[in-house]
Parts: sequence; C-alpha cells; structure tokens
Amino acid sequence: MTGSASKVYANAREALAGVVRDDLTIMSGGFGLCGIPENLILALRDCGARGLTVISNNAGVDEFGLGLLLKTRQIRKMISSYVGENKEFERQYLSGELQLEFNPQGTLAERIRAGGAGIFGFYTRTGAGTLVAEGKEQRVVNGETFVLETGLTSDLSLVKAWKGDTEGNLVYRKTARNFNPMMATAGRVTIAEVEELVEAGELDPDQIHTPGIFVQRIFKGTDYVKPIEQRTVRKKK
Amino acid sequence: MAWTRDEMAARAARELKDGFYVNLGIGIPTLVANYIPQGMKVVLQSENGMLGMGPFPLEGEEDPDLINAGKQTITQLPISSYFSSSDSFGMIRGGHIDLSILGGMEVSENGDLANWMVPGKMVKGMGGAMDLVAGVKRVVVVMEHNSKDGAAKFKSRCELPLTGANVVDMVISDLAVFARPDRKSPFKLLELAPGVTADELKSRTSASYQV
Repeated sequence: MTGSASKVYANAREALAGVVRDDLTIMSGGFGLCGIPENLILALRDCGARGLTVISNNAGVDEFGLGLLLKTRQIRKMISSYVGENKEFERQYLSGELQLEFNPQGTLAERIRAGGAGIFGFYTRTGAGTLVAEGKEQRVVNGETFVLETGLTSDLSLVKAWKGDTEGNLVYRKTARNFNPMMATAGRVTIAEVEELVEAGELDPDQIHTPGIFVQRIFKGTDYVKPIEQRTVRKKK
Repeated sequence: MAWTRDEMAARAARELKDGFYVNLGIGIPTLVANYIPQGMKVVLQSENGMLGMGPFPLEGEEDPDLINAGKQTITQLPISSYFSSSDSFGMIRGGHIDLSILGGMEVSENGDLANWMVPGKMVKGMGGAMDLVAGVKRVVVVMEHNSKDGAAKFKSRCELPLTGANVVDMVISDLAVFARPDRKSPFKLLELAPGVTADELKSRTSASYQV
C-alpha cells in the first residue's frame, strides 16, 4: 500500500521525523534488552531530542538500549520498575541529574494498559503499606487496603514486534512481547519496528497481538543485535 | 550444621504440590526448580510473560527472545504459553498463581517483608516483588537467618522499607523453618537444621514465634 495514508516508513529516522521534540514523554518497550526497539532508540539518540521522560520497565545497559540515551543526557526522568544493570544511570541518579520514579512492575504494566484503554485509574493491593502508597489515595474495603494508581499515556510509544503488516498489525515473538502491546495502545503516536514487514493479508488475523489501529507508523528494522544479558546453558547429557 | 543453599531450596520444594502454578524469585528460589519431585507437575511462571518455563538451553541454542525474569536464557516446553506483562501481572495480582518463593532481607513476626531497598544505597527497584507478594496465594521467603554482620533477619519489626505488609506465610532460613496457617496467626517453629539447638535459634532471632 502506498499513498498519503500509508503507515509504512523507510527506516527509524524517517519514522521519527516530525513527531519528536524536546520534553516529550516516550514509552519504550522491552524487558531488559529483550524486545526493545533497537533501531528507534538509535535514531532517537541521533535526532538529539532532550529533556525526555522515558517510561520503560528497565533502563538498558551502559552500551546498549536506553543506556545510549542516558549517556547523551537526553533523558530527564525515567519511570521504571528495575534499573539494576546500568552504571551511568546510577551515577546520574546519585548526582541528581536524573529523576526516577519506581513503579512495581505489575502496576507499571497496568497503568499503561489503563492509559491505553481510557481508564483513569484503578485500585490495587500492590504497594499497600509501602513507600509506593505514600501520597496516593487509598481505600479500605473489607479490611484490605487498596492504592489508587492512575493510567499512563505517552506522546510517543516506541515498540518492537517480530512481524508486522502494512496496516500496522503486529505479532510478537516469545518473551520479547512483554510491555510492547500495552505501550502500543498508550501512545498518542505509536511507531513499531519489526523484523519482517509483510503486505496486509499475509498475517493470520486470528493470530494478531496488536491490531493496527494502535500503530501509526511502521518500518522494517535492520541490524538487530539482540544482546543476551545472562547467557545460561546446560550441558548435553 | 546450618542448611546449605541447595538444602534450603530442596526444603522449599517440599511446599510444591501437584498441579501448582509457581513463580520463583532470583537467587536461592531459582534453585527450587532443580528439586521438583519426579512425576509432579509444576508449571513455572516467569513474570516477563511466560508460563511453562523450561530448563536452560543447550549451548548454541540460546534465543535472545526467550529469557526469564532474571534475564537468563531459557527454553520452552510443550505446555508453554507467552503473554504480555499486563496479562502476566493479571495472573499474579488476580490470585491465579499458587505459590511464590522469593528471597528476603528482613521478615517481621507479623509477616511483613522487606527485600527491595536499603536507604542510603543505590536502589535498583522492586521489579515485580510488590505485585507478587500482594497477589500470590501463598508466599514463602527463603533467606539466610542472619546478615553478614550477624543481625537477625527474622525480627520483631522490619527496619527496611517494606515490599509488602503481612504477606509472608513461611520463612525458610539456613537454621530453621517457620510457618503460620493464615495471616492472622503468629509464626510457629516447624523444623530446626541438624545440630541447631532451640536456644541457639532463639539467640539469633529477634522475632517472637511459637515453639
């Protein structure tokens, strides 16, 4: 499909053109380095946008993933559940250059899901009686305490899928799915990078994980590195 | 003689039941997978989006799209399924997981757990721990009985920031096993490691418990 309504872009740089500026809130899919939008992160680094708030479960490692945007000081604030693998992150955080909001992982996932689904917020048991609940509205129902968590949306969501079609329909692979489907729904603009881009009709409609309505721009990524953080193997018996 | 890490994991594995869906934390809890009794069906959940976690891959068969919550390469099984993080935590928060086995820094006598931050030190984040303890039906904590400086980790009150309040059902340390039948009851000493006396245990514990 071509023409003005086409969602297909040539590469990450072109897909980002016209939708990135300073101070945006950006969601970036992935768990650790698994299922991250590698091409889009590089292009975001190269376009130089600064003051970004990035919502992502993790913050990459020093030399890969979101770590690249930390190195260039493009990120002002991170909303994450776990950031343990990144020394530069630690340095910027401890020196006060970087703001950080920790969310429990399930709460983060559900806040994004809620944001994409038009739900203002939800009450959850997660975090009741902990620092996470401080300053938040709480309700006691049948003796149990629930914490109000609000939905999250983004100016721009960057997601990675295995296959996609020209309509923006996406299929993920194995545990590389993780946060990508919810983030796709929560972006004012969502850009998907895929390993294989096919014509509409080539994917089985029954097997699509993210329907194309959630994806405004799509392109075929290149040069995937897919680093493994913890290579664990067993011996052949 | 205190229990070794493997013996603690083997003891925790005795809490498994046939048909259980289980989430294992990082560290000693991960070792529990090595002690699932033969013939027992236990389905391991990985909170990054997988049910039916298989063993580590053979060398050369690692797949970067297939990792567990500790970011280790793993494999799939015929029973496996994959899903999003929100579905994953729906399972956890919704009470569909039977058992969570996780590590701890401190557990209090009323079942509070602290295992995610030490004030003044770099905080890595709670990951999925707060969701797990808030949602999973039964929570077993496996931890050393004392910290490196000898301080009790099973104590009258947690001093570290909590992961969850009144969420722990069983504590397995290298010295003893404590459990309670429900979250309104106090912990009771169930087992002592070989050669550990009741007096020694008491002197190394600041929580009160029934004997």
